[in-house]
Amino acid sequence: MWSWVAHRITGVTLFFFLFAHVIDTSMVRVSPEAYNTAVETYKNPIVGIMEVGLVAAFLFHGLNGIRVILVDFWSKGPRFQKQMTYGVLGIWVVLMIPFVIRHLSNVFGGGH
Amino acid sequence: MSTATTEAGAAPATSTTTMTVTVKILRYNPEVSEEQHWESYQVTAEPTDRVLDALHKVKWDLDGSLTFRRSCAHGVCGSDAMRINGKNRLACKTLLKDVNPSEPITVEPIKGLPVLKDLVVDMEPFFAAYRSVMPFLITTGNEPTRERLQSQKDRDRFDDTTKCILCAACTTSCPVYWTDGQYFGPQAIVGAHRFIFDSRDEGTDQRLEILNDQEGVWRCRTTFNCTEACPRGIEVTKAIQEVKRALIFRR
Repeated sequence: MWSWVAHRITGVTLFFFLFAHVIDTSMVRVSPEAYNTAVETYKNPIVGIMEVGLVAAFLFHGLNGIRVILVDFWSKGPRFQKQMTYGVLGIWVVLMIPFVIRHLSNVFGGGH
Repeated sequence: MSTATTEAGAAPATSTTTMTVTVKILRYNPEVSEEQHWESYQVTAEPTDRVLDALHKVKWDLDGSLTFRRSCAHGVCGSDAMRINGKNRLACKTLLKDVNPSEPITVEPIKGLPVLKDLVVDMEPFFAAYRSVMPFLITTGNEPTRERLQSQKDRDRFDDTTKCILCAACTTSCPVYWTDGQYFGPQAIVGAHRFIFDSRDEGTDQRLEILNDQEGVWRCRTTFNCTEACPRGIEVTKAIQEVKRALIFRR
């Protein structure tokens, strides 16, 4: 049940991110200068930390989405749903650790 | 001889470890108050007693107004499904030692159905959903003069869903059912699955059409609460998934 709750929450989060993302990306057609200003405002530690949350939500939603597809379309899926949940969490942690290290050292170290 | 039998009979009674258990029950009596409220009772019990035994002690010795359903008390009739420590279980199949008796044990009515009194809920919406999937053998043509034969393999196909005792533990553990009482619920789909995959039955298309409804199998979000709640160990979510697959691949 909790993987389903988390799937919903991350799904709604990503939906609202897409709103902002469509607006800021479409500004490049309106005026490239306005786009550059907008993207420039994203380069601060607060947004940097929000980006960690975004990638965390995106990775979980994507990986758990694969699990849900397997539950519905692989005949043995329902029997192995618990193991697949642990698999999702395991892969999520493995992918998050290097990302967080690399990303936060960019955000706070200023290295490019 | 007679003394030997008395000794043998008395020995287990002295060697058992009794304990005091607190049972916290969500009470409701519409004749007194519209509000549900918690009430705690202390009963003396053994670790191997069931939650149902504790409820009996409350009803028989402490508060006769406590109302709950039970019939066979051996996990067959499906009357005493309740929410024990936040999980749907049969009170007659749950031992006190398995639900952490050192803490108060909470007992609530199952969720999603209207509470009538204390732990008794109105099961009618649940049975109505079950009836609507036509849980009976549908055949055409003349009656055979002997039994309708079936291979062991064909029988095994739907063996899991024949175990259902209609206790409603699955349906009332489903978050979709809590928010949308129109959803058929896991049990009705289990009941339909039992006939959809029965080689002797000819009503498969009708039942699949009923479950193809907006409030049918597609409302299932595979949260697996039903599979975890089922006291008979039916893989409920697997049965729902098989009905979904039958709908997708039937043509």
